[in-house]
This record gives sequence, structure tokens and C-alpha cells, in this order.
Amino acid sequence: MYEALLDLGSYIQDTLGQSVEDVEVRLNELSLRVARDDISKVLKFLRDDGNCQFTTLLDVCGVDYPEDEERFEVVYNLLSMTHNQRIRVKLRTDEDTPVDSAVPLFNAANWWEREVWDMFGIGFAGHPDLRRILTDYGFEGHPLRKDFPLTGYVELRYDDEQKRVVYEPVKLTQEFRTFDFLSPWEGVQRVLPGDEKAEGEPEEEKAS
Amino acid sequence: MGVTDTAQQAGTPLPPGADQDEILRRVTGELQDKGFVVANVDKLVNWARTGSLWPMTFGLACCAIEMMHAYVSRYDLDRFGVVPRPSPRQSDVIIVAGTLTNKMAPAFRKVYDQMAEPRYVISMGSCANGGGYYHYSYSVVRGCDRVVPVDVYVPGCPPTAEALVYGVLQLQKKIKRTGALFR
Repeated sequence: MYEALLDLGSYIQDTLGQSVEDVEVRLNELSLRVARDDISKVLKFLRDDGNCQFTTLLDVCGVDYPEDEERFEVVYNLLSMTHNQRIRVKLRTDEDTPVDSAVPLFNAANWWEREVWDMFGIGFAGHPDLRRILTDYGFEGHPLRKDFPLTGYVELRYDDEQKRVVYEPVKLTQEFRTFDFLSPWEGVQRVLPGDEKAEGEPEEEKAS
Repeated sequence: MGVTDTAQQAGTPLPPGADQDEILRRVTGELQDKGFVVANVDKLVNWARTGSLWPMTFGLACCAIEMMHAYVSRYDLDRFGVVPRPSPRQSDVIIVAGTLTNKMAPAFRKVYDQMAEPRYVISMGSCANGGGYYHYSYSVVRGCDRVVPVDVYVPGCPPTAEALVYGVLQLQKKIKRTGALFR
């Protein structure tokens, strides 16, 4: 199984050359890492080639790695019904650089790319109708980015005088608390007093 | 000699027994004698309203499943006179079953405004009561009572169908207690 996937990965890498930066097989799943500008070429090859025939696009999703230079990763999941094979194609991009849209190749990509745009702010060049799909109509911000707070910036209520719903800054009566369910000790920081001296310097406390 | 001068609390029905038989005999006796019975109009109207509460089902999320369970055969709501109506114009109560999101809120308010008075709101499930499981989310209205005035809150996630039936019965008691013909 592992060899079969690795063979397929190497075949794709040999044929496409520089576009495919990396092939990885982990947990019986094959992933390719691809340069951003070649994504159309790679997807077209994967769709049309006889050995690949990945004609079904299952998912386009985004990932945010805030510490990296190119913070966003776009992940395409493809399925080949004829070969019963799945493959994952990843590419990295940053906030301002758009990615070529997969809509000319796979019609299914339409709403997926709209969702990635809405949630992360990754632009897709060549998309016929790139607008918000999940968030509220006047919503500002891209919620699934790591710097977007969980509770957001505005909340909503109905105002009787204006006879319509109004948006106001968020006021929570009880803040969001995170619990460390795996640890048997309640309320104790990871660093016990006295440990700082042993380590040589006080460690940063994890969220408690 | 009207029906209302019994010793019983106004609004609560008598259980079957000697007292109930006595009242029934007196009412039929009056009907046979005089041809009419005098009753309190307010109470009659409240009884009629509670006996046929038509909800507009506003099933938004998972609570809708439990609401369906309340309608079908095991916990049949139809025997209480509760038939679901698809339109707000034809309903007197709205059961908010599920999470109310920011996107849905203006539409929900519009639907509520389209209902004719007297109208009631049953908030079902913890998402409709106070944001629930998604209380800290950026796109959730923390309780549908931020948008409409609520009469009965049914707690649970989801509330069992039995709990929803109990909530409907509580609303009936509330209407009998506080309902009025003229505002």
C-alpha cells in the first residue's frame, strides 16, 4: 500500500518536474506539495492523465499558520473513482497573493473556493463569482484566521426604537474559559513553584 | 346559576368523578331549562385559544428533530390541538427550535412581526435560550430573546420531546392565567 502510493507520487513528480516540491506518504495517505503558480497545471495533469484520473474534487480548504511567511495553505482533496485512489495537493500562499482558481477544471471548486475566501481571505484569480458564502451579509473579517477572536467583534440584538436588528460591540457576561481536561490538577499552572529555579529560568506558563 | 360559581379554582379542569358529574348535570339541566348558559367571556376565549394553539415551526437546527418527535405518534401534539402551520400568518405561537445565527436574525424578526396578535414564543433548546453550545461564537445571537419577547423557555440540548410537550402545556397554563380579550 505504502509502495503503491509512493510509486504514484514519484510518477507524478517525475512527470511534472519542478512544480511538485514534495511528495509525502503518511498514514496511508498521499500528499503533494506544489508551487503556487503551477497549481492549474498540476490539477489538470492529475485530472487528465491515464494513470491518475483524479476526476473528482472532494474538498478545497484552507489552513492558517500564523508564524510563517506564507501563512496560508490551500489543500485540495481529489478522488479517482476509476483507480480508487485519493490524493491531497497542498500549496502555500500569503495574504495578498491570489491563487489560480480551480473552477475551469473542476466545477465543484466554485463554492469551496468561496468558502476559503470567506473564512480566510485567500483570493482566487479567475473565479467567476468570488463572494461570501457562510458569514453574515455585512460581516467584516475572515473568521477562521488565527488572529480573529472566537467571539468576534460585533454582536447582534433587536432594537425596538429603530425597529430593526443592530450590531453592537461584543459584551460577554462570562468570558470564555478553557479547561485542561486531561490534567487531574485543577487550576494549577504547568510550572510548579520551585521548578523555575531548577530549569534555570521560569518557563512560560501554558494556558491554564 | 352559572357554571363559574363552583368552588374550583378558575381555569383548572376537574378530574373525572362526582364533582365533574355534578357540574355536567347542572349545565345540561340549564340548557334544557333555559336554553343558554352564561359563562365568563375571557375564560371562554382563553380556553378556546389554548385548545387550538397553532405553532409556526421554526426548526433551525438539531432541536427541530426533537420537535418532530413531539409531533409524531408517541408524544402526539395533535391531540392537544397543536397542528403545525407553515406560515406565520396562520399561527399563534412560534417554536424557535435551534441556534439563531446573526444571518437569520432579521428574517426571524420579520417572521415574528408577520404573526397576528395574540402571539406567543416558545424558545426551545439551549441555543435558543441563551446561545447554548455556541454561546461564544462570533455569529450566534445569544438567545432568541434578544430579538423577540419569549413566553416559555424549554431547557435541554435537545429537550426531550416530552419536555417540549410540557413546555406547550405550560404555555397553555400561562395563556389561561394571563390571556385577555382586549389589551
